[in-house]
Amino acid sequence: MPVSALASPRRARPSLARIAMLVAGSLLVGFLALPLVALLLRVSPADLLARLASPVVLDALRLSLVTSVAATAIVFVLGVPVAWLLASRDFPGKRVVEVLVDLPMVLPPTVAGFALLMAFGRAGLAGRALAAFGISLPFTTLGVVVAQVFMSVPFMVGPARASFSGLDRRLLDAAATLGARETFTFFRVALPLALPGILAGVAMSGARALGEFGATITFAGNLPGSTQTMPLAVYVALQSDLDSAVALSVLLIVMAFGLLLGLRAAPVGSFWGHTRARAADR
Amino acid sequence: MLELRIASRLGGFQLEAELQVADRSVMVLVGESGSGKTTLLRCLAGLHRPEQGRIDVDGETWFDASRSLWRPAHERPLGVVNQELALFPHLTAAENVAFGLRARRVGASERRQRTAAALERLGIAALAGRRPDQLSGGQRQRVAIARAIVLEPRLLLLDEPLSALDASSRRTIRAELKRLLAELPCMTVYVTHSPAEALSFGERITVLEAGRVSQTGSRESLMRSPRSRYVAEFLGVNLFRGSLAAAAPPGAAHIALPHGDLVLSERATDGDQVVVVRPREITLALERPTGTARNVFEGAIEELVPEPPDGELVRVSLSTRPPLMAEVTRQAVEAHALAPGRRVFASFKAAGVLVVPEPDA
Repeated sequence: MPVSALASPRRARPSLARIAMLVAGSLLVGFLALPLVALLLRVSPADLLARLASPVVLDALRLSLVTSVAATAIVFVLGVPVAWLLASRDFPGKRVVEVLVDLPMVLPPTVAGFALLMAFGRAGLAGRALAAFGISLPFTTLGVVVAQVFMSVPFMVGPARASFSGLDRRLLDAAATLGARETFTFFRVALPLALPGILAGVAMSGARALGEFGATITFAGNLPGSTQTMPLAVYVALQSDLDSAVALSVLLIVMAFGLLLGLRAAPVGSFWGHTRARAADR
Repeated sequence: MLELRIASRLGGFQLEAELQVADRSVMVLVGESGSGKTTLLRCLAGLHRPEQGRIDVDGETWFDASRSLWRPAHERPLGVVNQELALFPHLTAAENVAFGLRARRVGASERRQRTAAALERLGIAALAGRRPDQLSGGQRQRVAIARAIVLEPRLLLLDEPLSALDASSRRTIRAELKRLLAELPCMTVYVTHSPAEALSFGERITVLEAGRVSQTGSRESLMRSPRSRYVAEFLGVNLFRGSLAAAAPPGAAHIALPHGDLVLSERATDGDQVVVVRPREITLALERPTGTARNVFEGAIEELVPEPPDGELVRVSLSTRPPLMAEVTRQAVEAHALAPGRRVFASFKAAGVLVVPEPDA
């Protein structure tokens, strides 16, 4: 056991640090798990299924799936090229772009939603231009997607950029000396090799879009069937129909848990046989 | 014909190099690590843009600082093999080889045919469907070479291409590579730190020291008159700098070295001299020699290195003062039971000491 091997020279003092770490760890894990357990214990499985079949829940589920899948797709298409640019070159104003990309992660979602209204609202900066084309974003399903995209960008760009930055520079040079232009290298070398990080970005940004609440309710409102996603439905149900709130919450937890667990369980580490390569080198 | 004359500053390092490679020939580039070999190669490959100078290949200008002209890597007809190989780990051997053809939009049928021919040429047709992690070091090496030559490059850049291999596969691939280079109609710049490779591949050798070309020429001319200690040591030649001793006995001149004198038969000019003793001129004996050799030094054997690695000769480094490098046959090593630590007498004739003309520059 590596841990005991590490600790063995100091066995004389039955390490206080280890006990402290154990206590801190248990407290944190318990703190994170307890609310989930409490929710799960609140309803019986049969009751849960019955609640999930209610029209309000089904509407919210359908809307959440459609909008978060759409948002993730948009974030993927826009975010991966930006991640590549940030990872592969320097340009004036790069710092500003980096901060802009990270900002939604720390911005209060209500502020983000409000800012979106100022930009894309009927009287907003870009809203008037969009209105000329007959497009209206606030208080529409499209607005939900916009809010989700805004909030989940950093969760796509971050992991993808880290993955691009970690690529072996020599492979990209080799591609260039073989006559490959940058786009060719991007699609044939960078993208496939950075896939583990990009998939992580997809899962993270998808989970973030699914859980989006503050920006959505501020920018897109809370209209059942068109903008009331699952997190919003939970909030509404809390005030009238506690059991539905529980059912929706359990469903959201299961989905988010599944996404993140799937990300870890997927064999991305050995995606291109890297583990085998390491074994062969030995 | 390749002509390069560039200057580039990288951090505190200044590279100022000239290089000429004739058609269908191999130029070996040697130098210590940090001498600028890799930077020079990156300039040729189009991966590093120098600040000044010009690169012309077969009448085409790849770089001209005065005209702000720079052809990036993907527009140069190149083949590159690095020590690290840089095979694409997610592609099979055949896909790796076909990569450049695909990037240059060669049609599918021609691509297949040329890929197959290149794999065949390197003897790895049976491994076409394997990914790099399913190949041995030597097989990966062949894939990298096939990938570089399938594009029929005009310039082949080989940067320590064999150094990642174990001794036995290095020997076979070295022989194959040599045959291949003789067949290919391209120019080759071959970077190596191995004297054996330098001498076996290069009719011409260029030496880089501290970012500058310190010597360039045929391997014979370098062996005959190495211009620096690095070149002499690299080629395994004994090189000494000293001054002509004032009190020379008649019929011979003395060169005074920090640790003793050398006797020459030539009448050297006054002042500082550079002299060379070729390792083959040195005889080793267990007893003090009684013959006519005028130069005798005693010391212990430090190291025995077969040279070339699979050859019949053995290089013997000696802790004599000055330190000497001798070259003897394998039979001599066995007959005298030469081994590290053993004290021997190294002797050579006065005629074996050659005065090196100072470089004109």
